[in-house]
Amino acid sequence: MKKSNDREVATPHLAEEWVGKVYTFICILFLIITIFSMVYFVASKGLSTFIVNGVNVKDLLTGLKWQPEGEPPIFGALPFIFGSFSTSILAAIIAAPLGFCAAVFMVELSPKLGRTFMQPVIELLAGIPSVVYGFVGLSVIVPLFRDLFPGQGVGIAAGSLVLAFMILPTITTIATDALASLPAGLKEGSYALGATRWQTIYRIVLPTTLPAQMTGIVLGIARAFGEALAVQMVIGNAPHIPHSLFQSTSTLTSAITLSMGNTAMGSVQNNALWSLALILMLMTFVFVFIIRWLEGRKKL
Amino acid sequence: MKVWKGNLLKMKKSLIVTMALTLSLSLAACGNNTNSANNGNAAATNNAPTNNTASADLSGSILASGSTALQPLVDQVSKEFMEKNTGVSIQVQGGGSGTGLTQVSEGQAQIGNSDVFAEEKLDADKAAELVDHQVAVVAMAAVTNKDVGVDNLTKQQLVDIFTGKVTNWKEVGGKDEKIQIVNRPASSGTRATFEKFALGTKTEDLAGSIQEDASGTVKKLVSETPGAIGYLALSYLDDSVTAVKYEGVDATVDNVAKGTYPVWAYEHMYTKGEPDAATKAFLDYMVSEDVQNDEGDVVEMGYIPISKMEVKRDAAGAVTK
Repeated sequence: MKKSNDREVATPHLAEEWVGKVYTFICILFLIITIFSMVYFVASKGLSTFIVNGVNVKDLLTGLKWQPEGEPPIFGALPFIFGSFSTSILAAIIAAPLGFCAAVFMVELSPKLGRTFMQPVIELLAGIPSVVYGFVGLSVIVPLFRDLFPGQGVGIAAGSLVLAFMILPTITTIATDALASLPAGLKEGSYALGATRWQTIYRIVLPTTLPAQMTGIVLGIARAFGEALAVQMVIGNAPHIPHSLFQSTSTLTSAITLSMGNTAMGSVQNNALWSLALILMLMTFVFVFIIRWLEGRKKL
Repeated sequence: MKVWKGNLLKMKKSLIVTMALTLSLSLAACGNNTNSANNGNAAATNNAPTNNTASADLSGSILASGSTALQPLVDQVSKEFMEKNTGVSIQVQGGGSGTGLTQVSEGQAQIGNSDVFAEEKLDADKAAELVDHQVAVVAMAAVTNKDVGVDNLTKQQLVDIFTGKVTNWKEVGGKDEKIQIVNRPASSGTRATFEKFALGTKTEDLAGSIQEDASGTVKKLVSETPGAIGYLALSYLDDSVTAVKYEGVDATVDNVAKGTYPVWAYEHMYTKGEPDAATKAFLDYMVSEDVQNDEGDVVEMGYIPISKMEVKRDAAGAVTK
């Protein structure tokens, strides 16, 4: 009696198992094919600047002049690379303390208010479309900087401030998780030794969660590095390394979005933009490796 | 309890299956989109001899992509055309002149919208395959922030400003104020037109200059930034910025039509070879009296009708009466 019952149940489960396996396999295959074809596409397009159009790799990476329509065209992407790094790192420098403090508030100081009010608000930041950030930046931050500082308001300062708000949710969420997963014994021990709350946060909580915090910051930098639209609206887009934080400059992404639609596929101007995309992609890989390395360190 | 759980699981499963189905269907639809468009056109081509006269029987789907400057006009006119010809479906996409020319040249789009002649973006042999349909004219004016105190600039003064030789408005008869250039990216069709016909020379991107592609952003920046100069299509001009005379000539539709104001360009709709019946009917409608007359979409949306032009210009820039 029992045996026959088991068989009835077992057959449909076998089919389910099989369907599940095949479906998962198809999904994974689809993902892998998509990712690899994307990498291949960007790489082949980006490399054809050097192979087909004969642009020197070193000139592209270290050149200071970007004149795609010039006679002859000159492709020096260093201003874009500089712009990308400076805006995203500055954004992380602005956002990291904010994110850490928000996390401390939510986990240590006022969990109730933090969890019910602050966390949803910060997570809401992640849901705002980047064009909205860009437009707010253009309408509020740029005029403000124009009035307060010399220059036209556009530039690295405006770009990184907009980016800082965009990456704040990433940094805060990871910092919150790191603080919450801290063993209670560590803090209790600290309090038992007579340390104040501030001393505990500063001397115990911050150093022990630092690798996790760094992961959040690098993730934030990676996101800032790839953000295009909002930055393009506030950075000014002159292809030059600026002399101040308030002078017009470009990033890799803003250079791509600004010109991609206007250039014809296969032309050297278009291929050069793909080379910028290739640089962006390689940098993203580097960020992923850094994050993995940090995650590995966290477990020790 | 167990039954309830089972139901829930089943529900979840069916939800997942539905989602997966939707996803794969939508993906398949994406993949097939261009194919069906091509099939539709092939059908339209086959039917062409019989259906040429009866516009109500036209069928097919047309993809027009490219210039964002021309997009609003094409979009508007295509809606009217589709109301009259229910068998035809027209999709209008932006992407920029380069994208439009690439797509029409490679057969992905039936119409490539462009602000510039195809010869300026594509290789000569690829450009030769494309047929030019000029549907409207767009004129541009140099615009400044309202505070600079200049209402006329000569060609030489503009060249000096955009090459960085002149950096203060007082050197061209205005206030003592630093000049802030709001330019377009080097690849932009608007910039190409402005440099070719207003400056007569290509310019380098100066340090500190601002570059934006979207006309709305350019206008916002020029109107808000003290000492700013940029250039906009006539349809974007209003009280928030000062339109500057060029060599003493006002940037008006009449002056452009008469040929006295030189900073203008054709809006092109390219097809690869001769268009099929549906596409041809649409292009004919674009230049028809309904669309081009003084109450038509062309004028209403700030473009200059092609029929109004008393002068003609070829790809090399030579003007004929």
